[in-house]
This record gives sequence, C-alpha cells and structure tokens, in this order.
Amino acid sequence: MYTYDEIDRTLINERVSEFRDQVQRRLKGELTEDEFKMLRLMNGVYLQLHAYMFRVAIPYGTLSSAQLRKMAHVARRYDRGYGHFTTRQNIQFNWIALSDLPDALQDLAEVGIHAMQTSGNCTRNITTDQWAGVAPGEVEDPRIWCELLRQYSTMHPEFSFLPRKFKFAITASAHDRAAIKVHDIGLRLHRNDAGETGFEVLVGGGLGRTPFIGKPIKPFVHGRDLLGYVEAILRVYNQYGRRDNIYKARIKILVHELGIEKFAREVEDEWLAMRDTALSLDAEVVEDIRARFIYPHYETLADLPDEVRSASADPAFEAWRLNSVAPHRLPGYSIVTLSLKPIGGPPGDATADQMDAIADLAEKYSFGEIRVGHEQNLALPHVAQKDLPALWKALDKIGVATPNVNLVTDIIACPGLDYCSLANTRSIPIAQELTRRFANHDTANLIGRLHVNISGCINACGHHHVGHIGILGVEKNGEEYYQITIGGRADEHAVVGTLIGPAVPYAEVADVIEDIVEAYLALRQRPDELFVEAVARLGVEPFKERVYATR
Amino acid sequence: MTSPLQQKIKITGPSVVTANRAADGVVIWRNAACGWSTDLSDAVVVRTADEARALLTESAADDVGAIGPYIAPVVLDAQGAIGPGNLREQIRSVGVIIDLPVPA
Repeated sequence: MYTYDEIDRTLINERVSEFRDQVQRRLKGELTEDEFKMLRLMNGVYLQLHAYMFRVAIPYGTLSSAQLRKMAHVARRYDRGYGHFTTRQNIQFNWIALSDLPDALQDLAEVGIHAMQTSGNCTRNITTDQWAGVAPGEVEDPRIWCELLRQYSTMHPEFSFLPRKFKFAITASAHDRAAIKVHDIGLRLHRNDAGETGFEVLVGGGLGRTPFIGKPIKPFVHGRDLLGYVEAILRVYNQYGRRDNIYKARIKILVHELGIEKFAREVEDEWLAMRDTALSLDAEVVEDIRARFIYPHYETLADLPDEVRSASADPAFEAWRLNSVAPHRLPGYSIVTLSLKPIGGPPGDATADQMDAIADLAEKYSFGEIRVGHEQNLALPHVAQKDLPALWKALDKIGVATPNVNLVTDIIACPGLDYCSLANTRSIPIAQELTRRFANHDTANLIGRLHVNISGCINACGHHHVGHIGILGVEKNGEEYYQITIGGRADEHAVVGTLIGPAVPYAEVADVIEDIVEAYLALRQRPDELFVEAVARLGVEPFKERVYATR
Repeated sequence: MTSPLQQKIKITGPSVVTANRAADGVVIWRNAACGWSTDLSDAVVVRTADEARALLTESAADDVGAIGPYIAPVVLDAQGAIGPGNLREQIRSVGVIIDLPVPA
C-alpha cells in the first residue's frame, strides 16, 4: 500500500471544505445549476436518471481494508447499502443526496480517499493491472509510476480543461490485464536491450462511438523522462484537440486525423524542447515514491501445501481454486479473484455487508489489501495458499466465490438504462439473463475463456467493442435493439470486434448469444482453442450464418 | 449547447414536463400548482407544442428546485390516468425495474 503524506491529506481535506461551501451555495440558490455543474463534476458527482451518482477514485485499483470499510460506511449511511465497481477501478454510489455529499467526502477523506478528477475534461484515475506488484514475471510494480502520474496530474493547471477527458493505463506484464491499448495513453513497462526499464508509449486508443486501438508512438521512454514525454503528448493534444465538437474531441480523433507519424513528430518537437528540464525525474524522487509503497512481510512458504491438497477433494473448492486462484510471484502465495458476478446479479455490485466482510477477510488473509480490476471484480493479492480452503468458505458464504472468472458469466456491463441518463437501452437485465442461461459451471467451463461486454449506448462504458462477444444497445422507434459484435479483445492483442449483422430485439439477445456459443463449440478445432481465437481463424461468417439463418 | 427553451418543440401526443429535484436528484413532474410533484399522476398534461413550451418555460425558471426540465411523452388510459410514454420514462417513474442488491 502507498502511504499518503501530509500534502496529500491537506489537499483532500481542503477540497472537501471547498466543495461543502459550493454545495451549500447551490442549495441556497446562490449558484445556478449551470454554475454548479462543473464544480460537482470535478468532485465526481453526476446526475443520473433517479438521483445523483457519486464516483469515487480508487487510485490504480488498490484499497486497504480501512478504505473498503469506509466505502461500506458511505454505502450504508448515505446511499442504499451497496456500491458499483466500474471498468476504471472506481466505485459509484447511485442514490446519494446532494446535501450528504460533503459529509460522505469528509468521511472518505479520513482514509485518504477522494473523488477528484473522476469526471470532467481532465486526466482521470490512473489505472493498472489489478495484480500489480504480485504478478509473476512482472518487470516492476507499475503502481510506482501510476502514483507519479497521479501526483503530477492531480489539479494540473495546464491540463484541467483539456478538450475532453483523458485516461492513462499502465501494465508491466507481458499479458495486459489493464487494457492499455484502449486508453488515451497506454504505457507498457518493459526492459530494453541494455536492461534498463522504461515505457513503450501508445497513444490514441479509446472506445466510445469511434473505437480505435492505441498506436505505438515511442518504443522506449526511460522512466526519468516519463513525465516530460507525457506532458509533450498532453500539450500537443491540448493545442490541437477539437473543442468544437464533443464527439471529435478525444485524442484518438486527433491522432487519427493527423496520422500517427505527424502526431509523433509534433510530440517529438515538443518533447525535445523540454527534455532534461524540470520534469526530468531524479532517481531520488522515484525512490522516495517507491519507498512509500509498503509491501507485506511474507513468510517463506511452499506451493501446494497439505491444506490445499486435502481440500481439493471437494469438487466445489477445486472448481473455485482452478478458476479464481492465480499464481503469485512468491511460492506458497496466491492471488485470489473475488467474483462480483453472481448468477442473476448485476455485474460489479457489492453490498455494504459484503464490503465489510471482504475488508475483514483481507485483513485476515491478504495483509489488509484489496484490488479492483477493470473487469469489475475484486482481488486479494497476497493470500497464503494454506489459507485458501478457509478463505473460500468465507467468500462463498458472502456470495463472492462464484467460480466464473473469465468465463461467459463474468460479464462486464455498464449500468444502462436502469440508472444512466445517457443510456438508450438496458444492460443489467441482459447480463442477468445471460448468467442464468450459462449458470451451469460445467457448461461455462467447457466453453472456456469468453468475455461478454455489454453497453447500453454508443458511449461504450461496457467496452463492448473489445468484448469477445460485444453487445451494444440501440434504440429503434422506441424499442430496445442490440447489435452483436464478435472477436474483440482488450489484452495485448487488442482488436475491435466485428458486427455480425442487424440488431436483434431485447427478447432475442440471450438466444443469439447461445447460438453463437453453440456455433463456436461445434467449430473449434480443439478444446483449448478459445472463442476469440476461433473467430480470428474463421471470421464472422459461420457465426452470422448460425444466428440469422433462422431469424 | 442549445437551451431546451430554444429548441424546436414537437410533441406527438399527451406530454408532461419532468426534471430531477436539485436537492437529491429525485424524479419530479410539473404540477398544476406551478410546483413539482414526485408522483406522475399529479403532472400537468399538455397536448400542443405551445402548451408544452409554456409549461417548459415556467418550469425552467425554477433553477433552485429542479434540474434539466424536459418534455416527456405520457399515455392516458380510459379513465385519464397518466402513465409513462416510453421505457425510459417508465424506469424514471418507478425507479429501477431490476432487483437492487439491497432491497429498498
């Protein structure tokens, strides 16, 4: 865990006081909604269909038990007893009253949590691999660099009013769990031939109504130059990004319209003019931040202890272990994913009681640390394998041990028309129905890794473009219809999925997905050929034929 | 962005003005007492573009009480009871139509 210093604490507390004053002036009528809107958005407060929605940042997806308990407290005291974990490692509360927001922020500030830059045309929460710091084979903990970028970008005066929102993601592993290729700037930490660590920089990725995969702009930027190079990109974007059309304002459009070569030249010119100046990072600065990340005092343990061997005789435990437990960089430890995708439940939601229980379990079994992944699940990153049987029983009891991680029922979905003022169609009920259809674990396991992503409108908060199966809701003459894409992926081989044909009505979506999955099972070359690999090999035609032949 | 009052108003049937309450975001409808109600059945129903424009203008003047007023379609049953005119307004009028993780 990173430990905040006095500067951070002062900043957060001052921000709460400032917002309290703004809310009071709004409630008294001294600020109009037009005047207040930008102020509330800067504190993560949106207005949704039924209520205000409060989005709270979880920097690089890392939470302490104390912080998660405070989330539970906010959910219970100011909201309706639950929160929703998002695809950007944030949490959202859907029912909060304006008058309660300053108190909620004050309570969160006690544990160093805030909502700054969770909205608005600024740099948003810096996201990363939820296994950061514990993933086997990782180059180094990417959160050190996330924290540097967080400090650099928080309330940065030059970049608080960009043409549009701006999202960073960093990975330090060969397998990209942070979806860096669909971010405005994606950073891949790696070693060059000289053995130095640095970043491959990608720019112009993003989803929404115009999806693009990020393009490599520089193969290696040394860590000391990271802020300078990033600032050069932001400056070029700030200068040339469009402000006349919100739909063309993201950096992906600028990169596309200029072309990556010209954009890269502009960035290089800017960068050369500023390199080796104030933004060049001293090694001591990096080391200081590195030193503020406190790592657990691990024991020396062996893999596959007797406790696990014995418990593996229980098929339910073994199904969960094989699905939700991943290798840790140290022997004898594991990373445990907590599925927030119960069969028939809304994806990504956790009740206050669940959050409290998870906080307790993290303290007991994971050195008091919890992670949030962009797939809308949680993880305990430091679990001794000997504790797995006891942990599983406890997780199962609170409903977060469904062994469906990365399977067809581990669905990413936006809130959709049930909550969102922008949505055209519902997402959650589609997800719920699909989880019921594929509830049988053996069936889901037979199908294998299959990511289904659902968005209730073209803004693509459910990342449907990069779902192995993507479902996009569109409204046609007042009715809900859904376009289906297949073959997308968000990892190191990121690609935008291909539309298979005309949109289908709400009532037929689950049938269509079943048809696609059945076609895959019939067409795959071998049991370990993943759905997305089969689509890459076969194209969409066989699936299209299966779906539309009888419709 | 064009103000709702400057946009061309076109209605195809009975309509109401709805918004969110500024204090807590709760869904509200403009009522006959020039105020707001949290019950759709209290809403003033308009049938022409001119009536809708007048009601929207009056509603938008209350910036302290309401946010983002707009004209929404409704349906009237044989007894004149007001119902939401589309799915979005149905969800707004009853709250979410899925089971919440914690029952309300």
